[in-house]
Amino acid sequence: MDKRLAIVAALAALLAAGPALAQIAAYEIVEGAIPQPLTDSPGNPARGRQIVRDLDKATCLICHPMPIPEEPNHGQIGPSLTGVGARYTPGELRLRLVDPKALNPDTVMPSYHRGEDLYRVLDRFENKPIYSAQEVEDVVAYLASLDRQ
Amino acid sequence: MSGSRIAVIAAAGAFSAAAAFGADEIASYEVEGRRSGFLYMTEETRALQEDAFLNPGMFAVEEGEALWNLVEGDEGESCASCHEDAAETMRGVAARYPVFDEKRGGLVNLELRINEMRTSYMGAEPYPYESDELLALTTYVANQSRGVPMAVEIDGPAAPFFEQGRTFYETRRGQLDLACGHCHDRHPGDMLRGDVLSEGHVNGFPIFRMLWSSMGSRHRMFEWCNTSLRAEPYPLGSEEYLALELYVAWRGRGLPIETPAVRR
Repeated sequence: MDKRLAIVAALAALLAAGPALAQIAAYEIVEGAIPQPLTDSPGNPARGRQIVRDLDKATCLICHPMPIPEEPNHGQIGPSLTGVGARYTPGELRLRLVDPKALNPDTVMPSYHRGEDLYRVLDRFENKPIYSAQEVEDVVAYLASLDRQ
Repeated sequence: MSGSRIAVIAAAGAFSAAAAFGADEIASYEVEGRRSGFLYMTEETRALQEDAFLNPGMFAVEEGEALWNLVEGDEGESCASCHEDAAETMRGVAARYPVFDEKRGGLVNLELRINEMRTSYMGAEPYPYESDELLALTTYVANQSRGVPMAVEIDGPAAPFFEQGRTFYETRRGQLDLACGHCHDRHPGDMLRGDVLSEGHVNGFPIFRMLWSSMGSRHRMFEWCNTSLRAEPYPLGSEEYLALELYVAWRGRGLPIETPAVRR
């Protein structure tokens, strides 16, 4: 009952904060990971593979080599994501997508599920995370599936 | 037959070296570890830049020369009326800009100086920023400094603007939450998707940019970069971009002016 009230209160707070923050899912960081999924609906790795290629969603390929041979010109800024599912747990992958600056404030990696504390965001992107909560889950599922070198 | 052909080729060579690029060749594309964007281009792009007959930026130089000599405005003057031979009077100017201007109480760059001359001395209308005319005249003037090392003044009254520019450079911005240095300090030479990142030096501007199929100013490039980060850009010619321009010109100090450079 108490827990339920807390959830209702949290929702009310989110709605009061406006449409902006309502798009950002609540999450808890535990020991370098976000162990709990952001949504109730499990991530879909096939959908995730589509999302990471999407130019409108700041495709991972701008910076990372990935096991997606049909796409040309993979970036070299970040580490290769081949085998990343073997190196990190889904919870660790989730935090690295949602807010990598929680791990390294100096990182080049953008936060894919953050809508606040950003400076001079273009109007059409303002208060919008790069990935929705469900897209985070789909991409986590896809990255977790990359468990072979 | 073959003799006259050689003579023609020799004449063409002399023309491209002397008339197009000025007497001095560019000393080096790398100075004290600072590397011009030229060195991050493909062989083909470099060859395009270095051949005055192929370099598409040379059209802007030619157009700029015509504008230099064009009488306009109420005073019946052209640039040449006062400044005469640009090859002499404009040599080295682009390497010193932007500068602090007392009358303005702030920075002016080459573009704004040209417009100020038009309004204050010629009685002519200023050119819109990024118009073909302003780009051409800026390119022509900067081309006279080809080979001259960039050396902007950052002390004295320019100091606070320099610091403002540095802060701009170091500030994360946009949805991607990146500062200039995240790419241009940490990752020059690395592939950003299909492009090689450069150090972000401005010694070749105005440049012919293949992506735009046109000339572009330093401020247009700042605008392009900001927008790529999904950050709200500033107006071209704004105080913010002037300050950034001063900082970035200092950051590339010693690199020779290459205008018109050819870039991706």
